[in-house]
Amino acid sequence: MDPNRKDLLGIQDLSKDEIEEILKTAESMEEILKRPIKIAPTLRGITVANLFLEPSTRTLNSFVLAEKRLSADTINISASSSSVLKGETLLDTAKNIEAMEVDMIVVRHSAPGTPHFLADRLKASIINAGDGCHEHPTQALLDLMTIKKKFSTFKNLQVAVIGDIKHSRVSRSLFSGLNKMGAKVTVCAPPTLLPLWLEPFEVDFQYSLEKTLPGKNILYILRIQKERQEESFFPSLREYVKNYALTYEKLEKFASPDVVIMHPGPINRGIEIESRIADSKYSLILDQVTSGVAVRMSILYLLSKRKLDGLKN
Amino acid sequence: MDLKIKNIHLFDPLNGIDEVGTLQIEKGKVAKDSKSSAKQEIDGKGLYLFPGFVDVHSHFREPGAEDAETIETGSKAAVKGGYTTVCVMPNTEPPIDNEGVARYIKEKSEKVGLCRVFPIGAVTKGREGKELSEMAHLFEVGCVAFSDDGNCIMDSSLMRNALEYSKLFKVPIIDHPEDTNLSKKGQMHEGAVSTSLGFKGIPDVSESTIVARDILLSEFTQGRLHLAHISTATSVELIKDWKRDNITSEVTPHHLLLCDEEIRNFDSNKKMKPPLRTRYDVEVLQKAIKEGLIEIVATDHAPHPDYKKELDFEEAAFGVTGLETSFAALYTDLVKPGKITLGKLIEVLSSTPSRVFNLPLGELREGATADFTIMDLKSSREVNPEDFASKSKNSPFLGRKFEGIVRYTIVNGKIIYSNGDFINTGR
Repeated sequence: MDPNRKDLLGIQDLSKDEIEEILKTAESMEEILKRPIKIAPTLRGITVANLFLEPSTRTLNSFVLAEKRLSADTINISASSSSVLKGETLLDTAKNIEAMEVDMIVVRHSAPGTPHFLADRLKASIINAGDGCHEHPTQALLDLMTIKKKFSTFKNLQVAVIGDIKHSRVSRSLFSGLNKMGAKVTVCAPPTLLPLWLEPFEVDFQYSLEKTLPGKNILYILRIQKERQEESFFPSLREYVKNYALTYEKLEKFASPDVVIMHPGPINRGIEIESRIADSKYSLILDQVTSGVAVRMSILYLLSKRKLDGLKN
Repeated sequence: MDLKIKNIHLFDPLNGIDEVGTLQIEKGKVAKDSKSSAKQEIDGKGLYLFPGFVDVHSHFREPGAEDAETIETGSKAAVKGGYTTVCVMPNTEPPIDNEGVARYIKEKSEKVGLCRVFPIGAVTKGREGKELSEMAHLFEVGCVAFSDDGNCIMDSSLMRNALEYSKLFKVPIIDHPEDTNLSKKGQMHEGAVSTSLGFKGIPDVSESTIVARDILLSEFTQGRLHLAHISTATSVELIKDWKRDNITSEVTPHHLLLCDEEIRNFDSNKKMKPPLRTRYDVEVLQKAIKEGLIEIVATDHAPHPDYKKELDFEEAAFGVTGLETSFAALYTDLVKPGKITLGKLIEVLSSTPSRVFNLPLGELREGATADFTIMDLKSSREVNPEDFASKSKNSPFLGRKFEGIVRYTIVNGKIIYSNGDFINTGR
């Protein structure tokens, strides 16, 4: 990792080498997780604040566990407990956290660019845990780790990303990561859930799920948010399910027999994915969750190296 | 003789004046050349004298939001940028939808005694787009045009009536072309950049649909239409296809010079409505100014205090300042590289806006009103937040170095700005 890197804001500004280093370090972190006593003293004395201004269970818990496994001190600030509700601006909230000598801030926010905004103004390292529809870099990195463990290489892997591409931060980070690592991506969604501009993503697109499935190594299913129907992005969940839900039948009929299924969670059983697929031999969904803790440990460690090396000198 | 300006490069494209000479002023007017001595003299060696700039789209925030700007600080910003006349938009609190507010602005600006300030009356009461305001009353107390400013008049029937009724006064109805159903929750131009940043977009079609509607309504009613801050290539095409005497339009300096790529670092000083569009739109807008399809450059000077701008991009207010940087930015980035002539720039900043808004200004001929700006085109300086006369610092050009510094601004024959000093003439 670039020794001067203070923050992890997005996959778009990581180099291939940096991604590889994060994944490699994550593998050694995973060994810690398999020990009978799952803890290392690596981040002793480092304080991490988890500033989650948008609801999250999985990502927050994954970060908290990663921090604890490395012996960091942690505090959690959520939207309901923070002064943001009392009219304090995000910057003031973050400055107050920093004033308590916090070294790293993990930020989840509903607006794109909030981690970048804080990173420009604070000395603390900022880790983006999801900013609006922009990026979710740690999700993409844990996905890459899961793929690497399964396939050992990214070269010439065919990945289909299916669902609400337009409103997905996961997909923006994932496209960038997969492109950098040499995989090939096709997106599949109804036209209303695809951006009119796909050039920035460097992906192929396909409206038909049946035509998308053949020849793919990985089917990455995105969560469908029910609010999108109220905004008329599609007429009904029933119609979405008819055309875009991944069913066992379609899977067996069109996809290759050794295909794997991934999903960033939380899954809507019976909507974007037929319930029994999630529990089938095809599914890597729980492997993704396991990789999540290791990847986040890796990122916390690599970003704190700057500070830890400084302390040694 | 009240004032004599010697050895100065007189420049007035409307009257074909482009020569070094002397300009004499008596009783607020350009006087005949004479040998008699003047009470005050300026040696203009090496400087240019232009007819004073006229901004037809500014926000002085008073009454209502004096923490962003006041009539005094806005006037200072104007004269520092070479503007001698500013038309202020009615999105004050209360809005300029009654004679009281219009009078207050006129009287306050006279007390401030710097540039001329003309109110633009609201088309509808409370700028709510429901009922017409008392336009005749507003016209009588000095409103030079009507607009609901940032609120597009979405009700087409009401827009039709406004265009018809304003024929009584022969003043323009200024519409802010934005179909708010299409732009809802949008943060920036919808395109490749918004897609990659994950922002909800403001598509260019949200502007051009209303431009098309307004053009058709003005064609139908024969009313005077002025389209505010045109930002897209499609709007320019529509304007070109429907060029008529009763339709005019404006573009801002930022839309002429900046594109949506500027937002990749989430700089909230690049956030405004309409949003910065693509590089292609910028090229088309520059060409539209060059060819006279768009007649006016207006600043849409929209000051905001730092606590409304120093926020993450989505939370930050829409709008940027412009009065103090407009000429220098356009001179440096359009005139110097030869994209438009100096004559064209003075036309779009001074003589044309005067004509379109029925103001007898923007000329240097004998007998003309003595509103001038004296410019040093050889000096440059960096746009620095500490240097602004405006109360607000939200310029999209911070850190840029521009050529062209205003040395003097003269209104009604009196020096009101001289090398950094403001001189209240208390008209």
